[in-house]
Amino acid sequence: MYTEKVMDHFSNPRNVGEIENADGVGEVGNASCGDIMKIFLKVEDGIIKDVKFKTFGCGAAIATSSMVTELAIGKTLDEALVLTNQAVADALDGLPAAKMHCSNLAADALHEAIKDYKQKHS
Amino acid sequence: MKIYLDNNATTPVKGEVLDAMLPFYREQFGNPSSVHWAGRMVSGAIEKAREQVARLINCSPAEIIFVSCGSEGDNFAIKGTADALKHKGNHIITTSVEHPAVLETCEFLEKQGFAVTYLPVDEHGMLDLAELEAAITDKTILISVMWANNEIGNIYPMAKIGEIARRHNVRLHTDAVQAVGKIPVDVQQAKVDMLVLSGHKIGAPKGVGAMYLKRGTRITRFMHGGHQERNRRAGTHNVAGIVGLGVACELAQQNLEKDYRFIRGLRDKLEQGILNSVPDVKLNGHPDADLRLPNTLNVSFNYIEGESLLLFFDMKGIAASSGSACTSGSLEPSHVMSAMGVDIVLAHSSIRFSFGADNTEDEVDYILTELPSIVQRLRDMSPLYHRQEPTPLHCDECRMVHKV
Repeated sequence: MYTEKVMDHFSNPRNVGEIENADGVGEVGNASCGDIMKIFLKVEDGIIKDVKFKTFGCGAAIATSSMVTELAIGKTLDEALVLTNQAVADALDGLPAAKMHCSNLAADALHEAIKDYKQKHS
Repeated sequence: MKIYLDNNATTPVKGEVLDAMLPFYREQFGNPSSVHWAGRMVSGAIEKAREQVARLINCSPAEIIFVSCGSEGDNFAIKGTADALKHKGNHIITTSVEHPAVLETCEFLEKQGFAVTYLPVDEHGMLDLAELEAAITDKTILISVMWANNEIGNIYPMAKIGEIARRHNVRLHTDAVQAVGKIPVDVQQAKVDMLVLSGHKIGAPKGVGAMYLKRGTRITRFMHGGHQERNRRAGTHNVAGIVGLGVACELAQQNLEKDYRFIRGLRDKLEQGILNSVPDVKLNGHPDADLRLPNTLNVSFNYIEGESLLLFFDMKGIAASSGSACTSGSLEPSHVMSAMGVDIVLAHSSIRFSFGADNTEDEVDYILTELPSIVQRLRDMSPLYHRQEPTPLHCDECRMVHKV
């Protein structure tokens, strides 16, 4: 049901963990739906230097979290803000239809973390 | 290593069962309803299977109706009773932890004007029989209570429920799909009027099941057409499947005590092993193992979502199942967990291991070796583990796609 890329990111997730004194933190999802994603950012000169994540959720939730960290690192904040959930799913060669809504929140979590950064640094 | 611990979902066809079935695909291919030699070769086999099924649940062969699956049996029993007894009343009593084959059939009947009481369960998944009795009114035409629960393995006190139903002269149906073959099931002793069992849960193939209909119980046909099954269920007999079901029932009867002891030993070992080696684990179902099926273990590994756990198990060759939303097909976690009032995170974290007679002690040892590190790995990934702030429980813009 999952693509090879999803299984790769699920079984070897990239950038798991927390960043101490992160410049921005974003969390989306809730326990009722069964998915919670938390993203931590390190930002320097408007560029995302490091991203880490923690996720409670199914295979798709963990894989999309892992993928969004890879896509975001090195991007400017504005570039990262236009990254969509769909782009994350596409980078994983797609997700099963049933997973598109509930588990594909990774870009949202990233955007929340960027918002948090901007609030703290405005 | 491939370890199959999802026997409540389905079981492999037993060797003896398959051997008995194969001649009925080529040499003995006839339609048992035909009068000629080809038909005659086959009709005896159907009747033999009927006797084998009847013996396992202690009824007369004439009280057995072959159906295509457990869901058909439950639909037939409930809708057939509702229609046959609608002049007497419109009230049905069932439980909130039934299989969807019963729950959705009852919900369908509600739309047709029937009133349904869904009895709650306590934190251990048990029913309050006083509440059941109090729910009976002069309009009650049917009580439907499963013999054992597929998710948590709880066994319901069918003989006591039968007493209550008999005392109030209300018909009793039981979905015994998970009980048959695992624990003694006696329809006389339990005083049930209708019972449903399924072949593929006991080593027969998919696509065959049976319903016990107590002699003299009026029911409206579900499947219309030919005169098979004494006009009670139309459709050409699934001869090979029925033969297989008969053999599986005979084997179940022969091996019941031996299998119970063996399987329960494995299950208890896994249960104790998990509870002793992994912290923050909750057992779902009745804490008294005598009140659960011998083969079923349902535990919640807190802070982890069930599907990711299943995927990691799968990578190690371990097949189990989960009550999490992601695996239930709907987008809400298991209705059984909700009915028991299990915390929402723990409901998403629930894993069911269901054993069969083919499992071994080595397999249990292997699981107990692999499991703690898998659980810890996922917990280290989880934002709920060692969390200080409250867990978000509600979403403002709910992304859930609700069932149509």
